Amino acid sequence: MHMSRYFTDEHEWIDVEGDIATVGITDYAQEQLGDIVFVELPAEGTTFEKGDDAAVVESVKAASDVYAPISGEVVETNSALEDEPALVNSDAEEDGWFFKLRIADASELEGLMNEAAYKTFVASL
Amino acid sequence: MSGTDDVTHIEEELPLQTLPLDAWHRDRGARMVGFAGYHMPIQYEGIMAEHGWTREHAGLFDVSHMGQLTFTGDGVDAALEHLLPSDIRGLKPFRQRYSMLLDDEGGILDDLMVSRLGDGAFDGADIYMVVNGATKYDDIGWMIEHLPDAVTMNHMDEQALLALQGPEAGAALASLIPETADLLFMQSGLFTWRGVSLWISRSGYTGEDGFEISVPGEDARLLADALCDLPQVKPIGLGARDSLRLEAGLPLYGHDLTPTVSTIAADLGFAIQKRRREEGGFIGHARVMKELADGPGARRVGLRVEGRLPAREGAKIFAGSVEVGEVTSGGFAPTLGAPIAMGWVSTPYSAIDTALEIDVRGKRIAAVVAPMPFVPHRYRRKP
Repeated sequence: MHMSRYFTDEHEWIDVEGDIATVGITDYAQEQLGDIVFVELPAEGTTFEKGDDAAVVESVKAASDVYAPISGEVVETNSALEDEPALVNSDAEEDGWFFKLRIADASELEGLMNEAAYKTFVASL
Repeated sequence: MSGTDDVTHIEEELPLQTLPLDAWHRDRGARMVGFAGYHMPIQYEGIMAEHGWTREHAGLFDVSHMGQLTFTGDGVDAALEHLLPSDIRGLKPFRQRYSMLLDDEGGILDDLMVSRLGDGAFDGADIYMVVNGATKYDDIGWMIEHLPDAVTMNHMDEQALLALQGPEAGAALASLIPETADLLFMQSGLFTWRGVSLWISRSGYTGEDGFEISVPGEDARLLADALCDLPQVKPIGLGARDSLRLEAGLPLYGHDLTPTVSTIAADLGFAIQKRRREEGGFIGHARVMKELADGPGARRVGLRVEGRLPAREGAKIFAGSVEVGEVTSGGFAPTLGAPIAMGWVSTPYSAIDTALEIDVRGKRIAAVVAPMPFVPHRYRRKP
């Protein structure tokens, strides 16, 4: 189980291990987007403020922005998505992760949802 | 996350209306969106799967949002030849033709299909026309203004329209209505199925063989069920309809075609037959003749985009540092496994194989002007 998994109302998940946060989009989000054909990931070393444009997900029909859910520096991106963007459809919440951030301000995690709260949020949509 | 493009921009502010198959789509798990003022299915199992199914088998599309019109009365041919740049007098019964409404400056108000009826179809009307859903009320207003009193136009707003498309569409429909096997591309006819009158043409918007079937709204569910009970047929949403038509190089009104663009620049000159070019007598003729003589300033072209990043509508096209055009439709082509686009390019840069660049969110993506269709048409023509 993910003891430290957080969710945002923009349908991103964040796994926290030490000062590193792994970020992806939720299964609900990939379902809404449909078949994903390209993921534009940030360059390693990029620094984001919370809410900055961080990535773009291209489905067959549309492009959607993914925002940085918290502030931090990009330390790694998921190179598997370059060859297989459909990983986001098949395994959004594990192998389909987008990027890892070195967390700049851990207090930004405080306002985020846990899994149960996110489930309730999605059910309300 | 937020949608920045396409699926969201077609949603409208006005309360959406429902079409005869609304509940049928929902029963089959469709995701519904607002399109042309109606609730419509964007997808069922997914755009890629639905696209592939249509290219390999047969897909059923609900296009009941489109405007179905009939025209009757003395002088109907002459009246329509004033409105349309195409040859109507020479249009034989049961034949269909692609045409368009032009404004006084030759700009495209809509593109459409026009057929001559027969066998007493639609209460014995003379001409049948199918126009785009988002433009139908404007079209009707424009035509009322320009038609003589002797010609009656009827908007059949309780009539549904289904499209059956794909290499197995012919066999599928023939298993319900054997006589449809004789139709060739752009031919149509009146058929009866379980007591229901159907006006069927062999045409469509995917590049595949297939049919467009006009059916009374109250009988649409019966027909849709019978078709989808066949092993070859699955329901297909608007998402795959768009990717299929883009691969087929077919323009989409409101995107690739607008009132600011002309027939010749849009590479749709085939819709204006020789006699009409010579004789004129239709709204917008001067622009057509000028562009036939001098060539248009820009042309509608196909673009193959390098890499995997799709270039979408609105992306600017460059030759070096010079902006030479704009993408009007773009996306991922499931059949090709690569992004493709359609757009306007200034004439000197519009030749096939011209290397260009498209700006996608500040990145320059290589693209080359490519012949259309991107995926060959497979219409059933005379052998």
